[in-house]
Amino acid sequence: MTVLGDVAKVLRSKNSGPFEITLDVLFDSKDDYDRVKQSGCITKRTICDLYRVKEEQIHHLVFFDQALGFKVTISRDISSGSVGDRDVYGAQQHAPLMKLAIHQSEEE
Amino acid sequence: MNTDIRILSPCGMLGYGFPEQSFMNGLKYELHGIVVDAGSTDGGPHKLGAGVSIVSKRAVKKDLKIMLSAGLPRNIPIIIGSAGGSGARTHVNWTLAIIDEILSELEMEAKVSVIWADFTQDEIHQAKREGRIQPLSPNIPPLTDEMIDTTKSIVAQMGHEPIVEALQAGSEIIVCGRAYDPSPFAAIGIFHGKDPGLSYHLGKILECGALCAEPGTTKDSILGTIGEDSFTVQSLNPARTCSPTSVAAHTFYEKEHPYILHGPGFTLDLEDCRFEETEPGIVRVSGSRYLPAEKYFVKLEGARRVAYRTFVIAGIRDPILIGKLEEVEDYVRSQAREYYSEIPESDYQIRFYNYGKNGVLGSKETEPFQGHEVGVMFEVVARTQELASSICATVRSTFLHYGYEGRKATAGNLAFPFAPSDIEFGPVYEFSVYHLMELTDNAFRIEFRKGGYKHDRAR
Repeated sequence: MTVLGDVAKVLRSKNSGPFEITLDVLFDSKDDYDRVKQSGCITKRTICDLYRVKEEQIHHLVFFDQALGFKVTISRDISSGSVGDRDVYGAQQHAPLMKLAIHQSEEE
Repeated sequence: MNTDIRILSPCGMLGYGFPEQSFMNGLKYELHGIVVDAGSTDGGPHKLGAGVSIVSKRAVKKDLKIMLSAGLPRNIPIIIGSAGGSGARTHVNWTLAIIDEILSELEMEAKVSVIWADFTQDEIHQAKREGRIQPLSPNIPPLTDEMIDTTKSIVAQMGHEPIVEALQAGSEIIVCGRAYDPSPFAAIGIFHGKDPGLSYHLGKILECGALCAEPGTTKDSILGTIGEDSFTVQSLNPARTCSPTSVAAHTFYEKEHPYILHGPGFTLDLEDCRFEETEPGIVRVSGSRYLPAEKYFVKLEGARRVAYRTFVIAGIRDPILIGKLEEVEDYVRSQAREYYSEIPESDYQIRFYNYGKNGVLGSKETEPFQGHEVGVMFEVVARTQELASSICATVRSTFLHYGYEGRKATAGNLAFPFAPSDIEFGPVYEFSVYHLMELTDNAFRIEFRKGGYKHDRAR
């Protein structure tokens, strides 16, 4: 089984403003990028399960072919640095995504 | 005009530092601006609320001294965006004082422009009454009068317009209050008649220093060149190089969307951009589209004080206690609440963070715990510092001595790395304003002044 953390060259999280966390996944090669994009494993559903958020909390899930990457932006439960926040920069919220299993696409 | 416009970005954050040689490599080109971003909301609301910086004065002075002593004699304008970390009045004044100190050490004078980005509570109230304010994303509550009244420091992110005006006035140093990060860079291109889409896209890349190169870093210099229908970027350090993918991928960074960017008064559409390597390490970008908005909105940022904090860090190595950690913490919390039953529970909060177990993700952690040691951080946030410290002391002593079921280590439950164990943190802030405000006229005031060494006074 392949997991996303093994295929991606960059897999990171960061605030995009104090009320959102954005997850970036970037690849070395077009083959890897296409395989992940076409696997159908990157969906709002999967992100909801991984991050225990509701679908309306996912503000964007977009693939960008020129950059060989995709981005997922989710709303924060607690804004950056407010009482109860655990990650001011949002820089360590990517870890759950690393273990996401990437299956073969059904067309292959 | 058909000249190329070159902008040097020494680093991604003023005060982060950069190899001086990289900067010097940039001076070999004919430059039209040395621009550096000095602000961010990434570090949380504290900077803006408390009026402080997260980089030291020493580091800012060190970076700025290199920039001023190279730029001023060569007549290259120097622009600082979002001065002092958050770009509010205190941050701008802090930066101006550092500039004055450097100028007098260098025995130089300069035409300094300051562009203020502060908004008064009255101005925000009025904008709210006129229906010119809206939340930035669905999870931000609408702005209330109470929020405005309790938020002392409110700034807005400026666009390129006032910066271009300062350049037209012949400013040698421009100190901007809070700015949309790419604006100070875009202002150079737009001032020289270049396409605003290319100018802003290049600004978006340059504001992070050499982060778009490989290996990427905010602590190194980068050069951007704008031509007629494209721009190029290149690393100024031979140890890094830009590639079409590294530059394309950079537009992802810290942004909600990979190719649609919203700035003051416009949207930038990068979906159809082309990224090509023209010579080794030089990446040409074209196709960046600037779409003026129907209404001119700026992003407001405001932080207010909400509480005071006292916290404790301790280690736990006892396997029996680790096995029932949450249960013990619940007991400690309820014991403290019971002891202070005369204080309303809404006046304070007690929180435990179990590092090694789920310190980062909290209740969203899905990995089963494996380990023999846990770092515990507990905090009390309360209406006053005195209350936070008093309750935290009770939490600490209760946790230290609580005789949980099955305990064998009857002498103490916590290993404190420090004495004293309780740390007074001071005030805690939150982003209380993070909204869009429609502007009807230019609201960013420019002040022209002379900075630095005064010959007549020195005599």
